[in-house]
Amino acid sequence: MDLKLLNADPTTEERAAIDTAIVSLSSVGADGVFAKRHLLLPALEAAQGRVGWISEGAFNYICETLQVPPAEAYGVMTFYALLTAAPRAPRVVHVCEDIACKARGSDALINELKRSAGPPAHYVPAADHVLVGDDDVAWLPSPCLGLCDQAPAAFVQIAGEHPIEELFGDVTIDRLRAAMGGTLSLARAPRRRLPQAGGSSLRLLRRVDVVDPTSLDAYRAAGGYEALRRAFEIGPEAVVRDVTDSKLMGRGGAAFPTGRKWEAVAKQTVRPHYLICNADESEPGTFKDRVIMENDPFALIESMTIAAYATGCEYGYIYLRGEYPLANERLSNAIVRARARGLLGADIMGSGFSFDLEIRKGAGAYICGEETAIFNSIEGFRGEPRNKPPFPVQSGVFRKPTAINNVETLVNVLDIVRFGGPAFAKIGTDASTGTKLFCLSGHVAVPGVYEVPFGATLRDLIDLAGGVPDGRAIRAILLGGAAGVFVGPQDLDMPLTFEGVRASQATLGSGVIMVFDDTVELLPMLQRIAAFFRDESCGQCVPCRVGTVRQEEALARIAAGKRRGGIANEISLLDEIGLAMKDASICGLGQTAYSALESAIHRLGLLGEQTGR
Amino acid sequence: MHNGTKIISVDPRRTSTAQWAHRHLPIRVGTDIALANAIAREIIDAGLVNETFIARATAGYEAYRGSLDRYTLAFAEQETGLDAGLIREVAHLYARADRAMICWTLGITEHHNAVDNVLSLINLSLLTGHVGRYGSGLNPLRGQNNVQGGGDMGAIPNRFVGFQDIRDPEVCDKFARAWGVPQKNEYGMTMTQMFEAIEHGDLRSLFVIGENPVQSEADQTKTEQILSSLDHLVVFDIFMTKTAELADVVLPSAAGWCESEGTVTNSERRVQRIRKALEPPGEARDEIAVLCDLARRLGADWGDISAEQVWDEVREMAPAMFGGMSYARLEQEKGLRWPCPDESHPGTMYLHERLWDNPRTGPPVPFNIVEHELPIEQADAEYPFVLTTGRRLADYNTGVQSGGFASPLRRSESVDMHPDDVRRLGFADGDRVRISSRRGSVVAPVRIDPTLQRGLVFMTFHFQDDVSVNLLTIDATDPKAGTAEFKACAVKLEPVEVVVDHELPAHAGIAGD
Amino acid sequence: MIAILPPTAPARMVELEIDGVEVGALEGSTILDACRANAKQIPTLCFLDTLHPVNVCRICVVEVEGSRVLVPSCARKVEPGMKVRTDSERVRHSRKMVLEFLDSSVDLSTTPDVADWKTAYGCDSERYGPPALPAPAAERDHAHAGHHEPPDPDHRATVAQPVKIDNSLYVRAYAKCILCYKCVEACGTDFQNSFAIGVAGRGFAARISTEFAVELPQSACVYCGNCIAVCPTGALMAKPEWDKRSDGTWDESRQTQTDTICPYCGVGCTLTLHVQDNEILKATSPFDQTVTSGNLCIKGRFGWQYVQNRREDEPSA
Repeated sequence: MDLKLLNADPTTEERAAIDTAIVSLSSVGADGVFAKRHLLLPALEAAQGRVGWISEGAFNYICETLQVPPAEAYGVMTFYALLTAAPRAPRVVHVCEDIACKARGSDALINELKRSAGPPAHYVPAADHVLVGDDDVAWLPSPCLGLCDQAPAAFVQIAGEHPIEELFGDVTIDRLRAAMGGTLSLARAPRRRLPQAGGSSLRLLRRVDVVDPTSLDAYRAAGGYEALRRAFEIGPEAVVRDVTDSKLMGRGGAAFPTGRKWEAVAKQTVRPHYLICNADESEPGTFKDRVIMENDPFALIESMTIAAYATGCEYGYIYLRGEYPLANERLSNAIVRARARGLLGADIMGSGFSFDLEIRKGAGAYICGEETAIFNSIEGFRGEPRNKPPFPVQSGVFRKPTAINNVETLVNVLDIVRFGGPAFAKIGTDASTGTKLFCLSGHVAVPGVYEVPFGATLRDLIDLAGGVPDGRAIRAILLGGAAGVFVGPQDLDMPLTFEGVRASQATLGSGVIMVFDDTVELLPMLQRIAAFFRDESCGQCVPCRVGTVRQEEALARIAAGKRRGGIANEISLLDEIGLAMKDASICGLGQTAYSALESAIHRLGLLGEQTGR
Repeated sequence: MHNGTKIISVDPRRTSTAQWAHRHLPIRVGTDIALANAIAREIIDAGLVNETFIARATAGYEAYRGSLDRYTLAFAEQETGLDAGLIREVAHLYARADRAMICWTLGITEHHNAVDNVLSLINLSLLTGHVGRYGSGLNPLRGQNNVQGGGDMGAIPNRFVGFQDIRDPEVCDKFARAWGVPQKNEYGMTMTQMFEAIEHGDLRSLFVIGENPVQSEADQTKTEQILSSLDHLVVFDIFMTKTAELADVVLPSAAGWCESEGTVTNSERRVQRIRKALEPPGEARDEIAVLCDLARRLGADWGDISAEQVWDEVREMAPAMFGGMSYARLEQEKGLRWPCPDESHPGTMYLHERLWDNPRTGPPVPFNIVEHELPIEQADAEYPFVLTTGRRLADYNTGVQSGGFASPLRRSESVDMHPDDVRRLGFADGDRVRISSRRGSVVAPVRIDPTLQRGLVFMTFHFQDDVSVNLLTIDATDPKAGTAEFKACAVKLEPVEVVVDHELPAHAGIAGD
Repeated sequence: MIAILPPTAPARMVELEIDGVEVGALEGSTILDACRANAKQIPTLCFLDTLHPVNVCRICVVEVEGSRVLVPSCARKVEPGMKVRTDSERVRHSRKMVLEFLDSSVDLSTTPDVADWKTAYGCDSERYGPPALPAPAAERDHAHAGHHEPPDPDHRATVAQPVKIDNSLYVRAYAKCILCYKCVEACGTDFQNSFAIGVAGRGFAARISTEFAVELPQSACVYCGNCIAVCPTGALMAKPEWDKRSDGTWDESRQTQTDTICPYCGVGCTLTLHVQDNEILKATSPFDQTVTSGNLCIKGRFGWQYVQNRREDEPSA
């Protein structure tokens, strides 16, 4: 390509960091002039990780090396919240301001930061490249960090030759101060074990906090790689048949039959096929995939290998959200060890089947959990969802047939293959088979991930988590995350099955159960949800880009007592905005951006107006 | 390219096209035949020739093959400066492609052996059968909006309208009858020949229409002398050009493309309508009207003719090419590509389809034996650099048109050099240096350009009023086509003594150079 | 997206139903194609025949039976038996809201047809409150993804900002930008492959930008003006038109449009000359023009100025 580059050079350190990042990744990519573009996001992340921001020199070097036009690369760089083109301190503390943390006191932390550390680092003065805040440390409010069981949470990044990234839970003011400037170990709270750890009924979580997640031998001693061996014995068609017979439904939120998806990919004649594990777990209130990846990483690698075998995929990606450093470390270790033992790469276990995979880190974009946005993100484009059709099974990453599954979905495959699809289908209910992971957070005694067979009620789950502390009453429960719905105490006997929630016009979403007791003011929660969607909208389509703004503004007017034409008018305006977003947005983000608000208003009567729906 | 087309760029400079290309061949200026012949030899040696096509549609293959003996890859590498492996790869890519096309512009034709250069490329298409089919062929990209149309209309010395040969007695007779004037059964002069004729005193009057040879031709000093020696020079132009300044009579013209009606033919042989959008200024007049007046004064009253009437005569006199192209159809179908012999003919997307007829129809196409010859002037101890001239995107020819708008891309003339050469001569970016050839010298600022080869310098000819680059260029011309060797001459570069004169703006010294 | 294709087998016909009427459409064509062929008026903003559909404005949405959400007619291909409704309550509602969203946040004063559509769909942009003050210069250029200032309960947010004039040929008035992506497509793989501009930022802060928001002369821009040609709102405008509109002398009723051929190279692009009072004010090129589908280069788009200059400095006999 004929690129017009900037007149700026990288430092030696930046150049080395970028080179290292690019070399460590596969050369698999698109054909033609954009062949190296898929390395763009990792290269940008490496530059940021080295000095804490992306200088024009580093940016220029990336554009030249990967042959990406600067304006396009700039569009990608400015799409991600964790990347910045403005000079910034090498240490950044992201403090979660999302609903689960808000319910557990994160506002106080943020107010303390505002008081002691000045404005957050996203405030960029119009004058070019003026360092924001302190020379040593900057802070930012953050959307949900996936640590809701340990709310309030924070995420620390320290740039350098060996960048440090760490998630912190149960953050107090003292721990926050340590995260901002002191010794990081002082910011750590005592580790919490999985509440059900070692439980005999566990299937997906049975190795969590029992088996050493860094040891392949420990994994194999606990039954690991038996499923893959069986898959090779029965052949790919039989694996797909087992998955179909198991009636496994996707656990990422859309509940699509996994067997059908796999069959569709397997039969595509276009080659190569790709496998993607959607590990961009960013739905506020969701942290189940993190628990699996941190504590049972080999299970994900094994199940991906089986999925690849069944669907004829030659290469795979784990698209991992950028705020999960421990998951990244554990998965990276697992990949290296599996590869060393011939469980990844050429001729796996002597079967003749070859498959390898790599991790691609997100950089702070909820929308990249949308399956087609992942494709764009991996390819080095802005993480904007694509129009469907064509569907991923025909045209996914690099426009090739792609099987894309959520972490929890994939890990289910191990038992399906080991014990057969029909055996799996006997667990749970007729239409919702197997077990399900639920993320209990907010006002429950023991927040955490819980695994139950489908059929348990909402009440069962809350009881499992020790109920609401201090004997308080439940004000509302958010099911399924920010894109889900609020239900009330009257809904506690709802069975948490796909069919059960559908009958109640609710959703399981990603398995979020966030409980708010009667001390919680819900309007600020709704405002936070609205702010979240506004921040996370990719901006591509009009209904979502502007609708999320107008929705947040209406709530702000209601909260400030500045209603235009009374509350009924504001509610009907919200309904109109919500309907247009739901009907006319390109992807699920816009389509569900009003969902939780709508349920709070109409199901819980939050705004004090019964509108008769 | 986004659909998978591979572009191979052969260019001494790493141009924008070269940077997009699948492979770039940074060829030494003026060694195109060495490259083409070596590619041909490699295609033959590798058994990649299209035997069926050669046998059916061509003539002279054996002799041609025999002529390629010395064009080994090693020879080509030595002459062109290109890696032998790269040449071999390109030969195979071209020969094995399902469809392949060769496009060229003035890098091929602005040489003293321009016609041979073109023939060497035609040979390649004949070897491989990449001609006469969709997506293949030979494609000279036209640099002016009607350079094709000029030829179509017979504004060339050897052809009537529709490329009908002047020496063909039947043709000559047809035109004589139609026009009621006997036609000379002999070729006219190319511009180069005209200039020679003026020099020899055989040609004493010249009518120049819409051309600025003083600034566009090689060796400007000589061109001025020649034109000044005429008895009578008439210039018909929209501008008061440097050529017009030498004229005895200047006829101001309407701007053809927007102040009058007519047609032009583009690079793909598409005849399209030009239309009058506004009135010409002052005394400027439509070209046809002026020519008709001129005829009247010379004693032939053609009446007042419209552009459409002229066009209809073209259709009548060259029906095989233009017969089906009525103004109404040109309007309706947004232009038509010749040949278009009748009203029901859709026009022709590509030529030479007949070469694929089995059995062959018409004569076979001959291979032409051509030999590698270096440009007339080579770099030597006294003039150690090769100067090649060319264009920039936002500018056009001598700048009389493109100079009219304020382009953010425009920068004034410079001598572009490889950074190593700049360093070696002790220059710095922006230094004013004197560039001299055996014919003249100019002063221009140095511009560092890493896309150039060492030993090659580049200048445009867009800013002749400031820097008369054609004072340097050589007037060596191709004997067959009359094209000048703008692409290669030998120059030397020297620092300019900077005379600081605070009374004058810093650039005031240029004009006198 | 300039396609010169060899003759191919004729496409098959697909039968579908539009607003209860059986119609035929070519296989591979879009619902929008089928609607237009059957005289159904569908408003469009981000759509252009010569560009890949990005289907982002969502004003062309229609209802397709069996689809949970509305579908963009510009991108969705026709399928046998498809039942399409182009003017249902849901469709009208989404179009009204899309128009209100745009009208309440963007200056649509030079967008053709919008005034009629607003009336037709019953839009009321004032119900979102009075507009906020325009952003200071460059503020929107530096917005950081994933964060925004809390909303102002007294004003509605807009994209209002000062106009960018950084070169002699174009003006960029992003207060009029609806983010239709057309300019980016035209500058990128669809036409020019210069990639001087891209979409930067995210959400409501998304914007068209050069790298680091540098001025156009520092960017890869080659001033072909193909972005201006595809801009549906007048956010991108050639300088002479901008100047004439600013001083109130732009008068389309006094203008003629004449198609001719560019006077420069041998490609043979059609130029449509817009002439007012015997003065060329701009050059465009028809999108259905065969040679370059409406695309021009800097010389074709702006190189006509010399014709004007002659009027001041004319040669005489």
